[in-house]
Amino acid sequence: MSTAMEGKKKDSRKQSSGAAFQWLSGIVLTIGGLFFLLPFFWMITSSFKPEGEIVQIPPTFWPESFTMHNFTYLFNNMKFDVYFKNTLIIVLFSYIGLLLNALAGFGFAKYDFKGRNALFVLVLATMMIPSQVTMIPVYLILNSLGLTNTMTGIVLPGLVGAFAIFLFRQFMSTIPTELLEATRLDGASEYRIFAQIVLPITKPILAVQAILTFIGGWNSFLWPLIIANDESLYTLSVGLSLLKGQYAANFGLQMAGATFMVVPVILLFTYFQKHIIENFSISGMK
Amino acid sequence: MKGFLNKQAPYIFIAPTLILLTLFSIVPILVALVISFTDMDLGGLANFNSISFIGFENYVEVLKDPVFMKAIYNTIFYVVIGVPLVILFSLAIALLINLGTSRIFKAFRVVYYLPSVTNIVAVAVVWNYLYNPTLGLFNYLLNLVGLPDVPWLTEPTIAKLSLILLALWKAVGLNMIIFIAALQGIPKSYYEAAQLDGANTWQQVTRITIPMLRFAIFFVSITTMIGWLQFFEEPFVMTQGGPLDGTLSVALFIYQNGFKFNNFGYAAAGSFVLFVCIIAITLVQLKLQKNESDMT
Repeated sequence: MSTAMEGKKKDSRKQSSGAAFQWLSGIVLTIGGLFFLLPFFWMITSSFKPEGEIVQIPPTFWPESFTMHNFTYLFNNMKFDVYFKNTLIIVLFSYIGLLLNALAGFGFAKYDFKGRNALFVLVLATMMIPSQVTMIPVYLILNSLGLTNTMTGIVLPGLVGAFAIFLFRQFMSTIPTELLEATRLDGASEYRIFAQIVLPITKPILAVQAILTFIGGWNSFLWPLIIANDESLYTLSVGLSLLKGQYAANFGLQMAGATFMVVPVILLFTYFQKHIIENFSISGMK
Repeated sequence: MKGFLNKQAPYIFIAPTLILLTLFSIVPILVALVISFTDMDLGGLANFNSISFIGFENYVEVLKDPVFMKAIYNTIFYVVIGVPLVILFSLAIALLINLGTSRIFKAFRVVYYLPSVTNIVAVAVVWNYLYNPTLGLFNYLLNLVGLPDVPWLTEPTIAKLSLILLALWKAVGLNMIIFIAALQGIPKSYYEAAQLDGANTWQQVTRITIPMLRFAIFFVSITTMIGWLQFFEEPFVMTQGGPLDGTLSVALFIYQNGFKFNNFGYAAAGSFVLFVCIIAITLVQLKLQKNESDMT
C-alpha cells in the first residue's frame, strides 16, 4: 500500500518536472527563435521606411510613415525588372537540369549496362570537388567556347548536380522492376516508360526537388557573378551586391532589394515546409 | 532506328548529365592543375602562345605570399571557432525540439530552418545593416542595456567573429534537421528501458542519445568543415576581405586573384593548395572515425 502510494507520488513529481522542462525548453526556443527571426523582421520593416526614418536615432521598430518608395525606386531607377527576368530564366533552365538529373537517376537505378558502377562513382566523386578549384578553369572553358557573358554560359555549369542524381537513383531503385517489364511487354519504348510510369511514381521526390530547384535557381550567385559582364545579364543576387556597393548608405533601398529576394522564398518554404523537411528526414540519412 | 534508340536508352538517359559533369567538374580539375604551372593571365586568355610553363613557381610564390598566409590563418580561425559552434547549437536545438511534446515545437523547426533557405547575398546585406556602427540595430540594442558599441566589422578579429555569427545563424537550420532525423531513428525502447532503471532526462540524453548520434555528428562535422574551408560569400559581400585582410578567406583570395587581378595561374595554384587541404582533413577525419568505431 505504502509503496504504491510512494510510486504514485514519484510519478506525479516526475510529471511535474517533465512539464517544467517542457516550459523551460519552450521558453529557450522562443527566445532563440526571436533572435533568428529578428533579421527578417528588421529587413521587412526597414524596407518600408522613408530615408529620413532610417537614419533616425533611436530607430523606430515599426515604420511611422509607411512608404513604397524604396521598391518603386528599385524598378524605376535600377534595373531590378531585368534582374528579376534573368533570375526567372535561370530558374526555368534549372528545371531542364532537374529533368536531366531525373533521367540520369533512372538510367543508373534501373538498367544494367557496362561501366554503370564506375560511372556512378564518378558522378558521386564530383560532389567532393570544391567550386573554388573549378571556378577559374570553367571560366576559361566557357571563354574558349565563346560563352562568357551569355545566358547559356551562366546556366550550363550548374545545370546538373550529383546530389540530385543520387537522390533520384535512390528513390527510383524502389520501383518494382516487374512493373517496368510489364509495360515493356505491352510494347512501350524506354522513353515512354520513363515519362508515363516512372515520372508519376517519382512525384513526391520530384515535387520537393522542384521547390529546392526553384530556391537554388532564385539564389544563384557565383556563376552569374563570374560569367556576366553586362548588367543586362545580372541576376537579383548579383544586382543586390552591386546595389550594396553603389548605394552603401541607403539602407532602406538595400532592405527593399533584400526583401524582394527573401520574402518569396520564405513564403514558398513555409507553405511547403512539411514536405521539404520530411524529404530530408527520409532521404538525407539513408 | 527505333530499335537502336531503345537499346541505347540507358546511355541516352545518362549521357547529358555525364557530359555536363565531365565538362564542368572533371575536366576543370585537370585544366586547373595544368594552368597552376603556367603564368596564365589576361594576355594568355587572348593568345595561348603567350603562356609559358614556369614549373612550381606559382606554388612557391603563393606559399610565401603574406596575404595568402593571412587567408589561411583566417580560414583556420573560421573553421576552429565556427564548426564546433554549428554542431553545438544545431544539436542543442534539435534535442530541445525533439524532446518537446506540444505541437508548437514543430513550428520551431520552420523558424530555425528559415535562414538556411534564404539568399546569402540578401542576408549579408541585411546583417551588414544590423552591424552598422551608427545606424545598426545591434549597437542600439547593446546601448539600450548599457553596453558600449562593438566595432562589428571594423576590427579584424571581431569582424571574423561577426561573420561567424552570421554564418552560424544561416547554418544551424539544415544541420538541425539532420540531427532531428537521426534522433527520430533511435528506438523508443532504449529510453523506456532506461526509464525503468530510473534514469533522468539528462542521463538519457548523455548516455543514450549522444552515443547513438555519433554517425550524424560525424557527418555534420565533416560537411560543415568542408563548407567553412570554402567560406566565400559572407566576406565577399560584407567586407571584401577587409579590414586589413582581417576577414579574407582562402576562397576569397582565389576569387580575387583570379577575377580581380586576372592572375589565373597563380589563383589556380592557390586553389590546389586549398583542395589538398580539404582532402587531407577529410581523410584524417575518416581515419579518426574509423579508429573510434574500432575501439567501441
